[in-house]
Amino acid sequence: MIEYIDVSKSYENNVGVEDVNVRIEDGEFVFLVGPSGAGKSTFVKLLLKLLDADKGEILYKGYDVTRLKPRQVPQHRRSMGIVFQDFSLLPKKTVYENIAFAMEIVGKRKRTVHRHVPQILELVGLAGEARKYPHQISIGEQQRIAVARAIVNSPDVLIADEPTGNLDPETGWEIMRLLEQINKRGTTVIMVTHSREIVNTMNKRVIAIKDGKIVRDEAEGSYRITSDDDPLAGLMGGRSPDEGAFRI
Amino acid sequence: MTGLLLSIKQAFSQINRNKAMSIASFFSIAAIMLVLGVFFIIVVNINNLSEGVKRDFDEIQVYLLDDVEKAQINQISDTINGMAGVTKSRYLSKAQALQEWKTKWGDNAGLLDSLKENPLPNSIIITIENLESASEIVTKVRVMEGVEKVNYSQDTVDKLLRVTNFIQIGALIVIVFLIIISILVLSNTIKLTVVAREREITIMRYVGATNWYIRGPFLLEGMFIGFISALVSAGLVSAFYHFIVNEFGMNFVLILSTGFVSQKFLITNLLIIFLSLGISIGACGSIISMRRFLAR
Repeated sequence: MIEYIDVSKSYENNVGVEDVNVRIEDGEFVFLVGPSGAGKSTFVKLLLKLLDADKGEILYKGYDVTRLKPRQVPQHRRSMGIVFQDFSLLPKKTVYENIAFAMEIVGKRKRTVHRHVPQILELVGLAGEARKYPHQISIGEQQRIAVARAIVNSPDVLIADEPTGNLDPETGWEIMRLLEQINKRGTTVIMVTHSREIVNTMNKRVIAIKDGKIVRDEAEGSYRITSDDDPLAGLMGGRSPDEGAFRI
Repeated sequence: MTGLLLSIKQAFSQINRNKAMSIASFFSIAAIMLVLGVFFIIVVNINNLSEGVKRDFDEIQVYLLDDVEKAQINQISDTINGMAGVTKSRYLSKAQALQEWKTKWGDNAGLLDSLKENPLPNSIIITIENLESASEIVTKVRVMEGVEKVNYSQDTVDKLLRVTNFIQIGALIVIVFLIIISILVLSNTIKLTVVAREREITIMRYVGATNWYIRGPFLLEGMFIGFISALVSAGLVSAFYHFIVNEFGMNFVLILSTGFVSQKFLITNLLIIFLSLGISIGACGSIISMRRFLAR
């Protein structure tokens, strides 16, 4: 369970999030939607403790994320998987090494790594690509590797920041099916997206953020920011170029 | 253990990938350490010299009048022994004094045989605890009955010690300054390798790697470059010292009465100090260069 209580975070020139109150249950699949600069990235960065909140509490697994000490942060992040819009694979490592690397970091034994990585590759449907380098596989496959890396340590929560933003619709749907499959195994999925089509088809919970505030929270929502929103807004479809999605 | 092996492997591959920069920082640090080594030699030898001076000047000679009786001499000795700052005193008769001269002159002692009468006075040699108490003792002894003259070159000692102190402090300042420069040089090199791997580091942080896990390879890289620089410069400085001692050692002894610090002692210490210094410089340099990247 993740619960934001009166959480605010502002930057020098603009609001990140303001007085956010929201509760996400274990195993939920949540879309986070909203215009560029609305505060979606701030929302997930606060959860990952990549940012410090100005006020409020973020409860997760019985502790307050905002009060974590620096040395507790790595352990906290290990319980979450992250998928980035730009995949963030390491170009000089093979597919296998890219995934193994995430396991080595958290101190898994070599034997465990050897056993587990092929299983994960099987799960994302890329069992035969282990020895290839990221540039030798398609973009959709790269994103699946990124998903594989995110779930290899069996996280409780998977955060996907516009995972389909750079993909053509068909490949985007492949990723969505993969995320849904992961969600069915019990992992909470929080996905930031601009894709009206995906949100409207999936029929999942939708949290809409605008100017740092939650303006809508519906159990089986659709892609609207507010009820009186410009219907054209959704036509942005894929993503807007100035999006503040946190890339690395 | 696996983590450490992984770090070592990565450290070497980083050095290999940044060959040019690693070699450049090796040369800069080794050059700085060479200068450092020369200052080290100077400081150690000056220290030795001033210790030598202190040793030579820890004696006060008290010349007694020729007509002083044995009993009075004993009384003077007792009074002196009771003074604060006096370690011991010994009586040196005219005859003994002449004998000491003869020993000192060695082959030329024959010249002293031509003396018709012994010109040397009876004396008491006071050994003092430290140079600071000398002037007080001198003042007290000078006015004692039966004392002809008190011989102690206070001014010379003071001046010499002041000069050596000054040189030591100056050299220490230069040494500290050089150490700071080498830390900065190395931190710049490491920063380049960090920037090259910034993306990887960010991913590591997101996945939940601890700061020490991320720092490991960079720390080892810096320590390795520092270690090699220290080893090479310590070798060169030792060779230089060996040359100086062999070439000028004897002249030095004749002029200053204190020889060079022994090569074995100096080189051993130089090696220990340089290696720990080099490794520390490397560690500090890499920690400084990574601070920004591990801020969160």
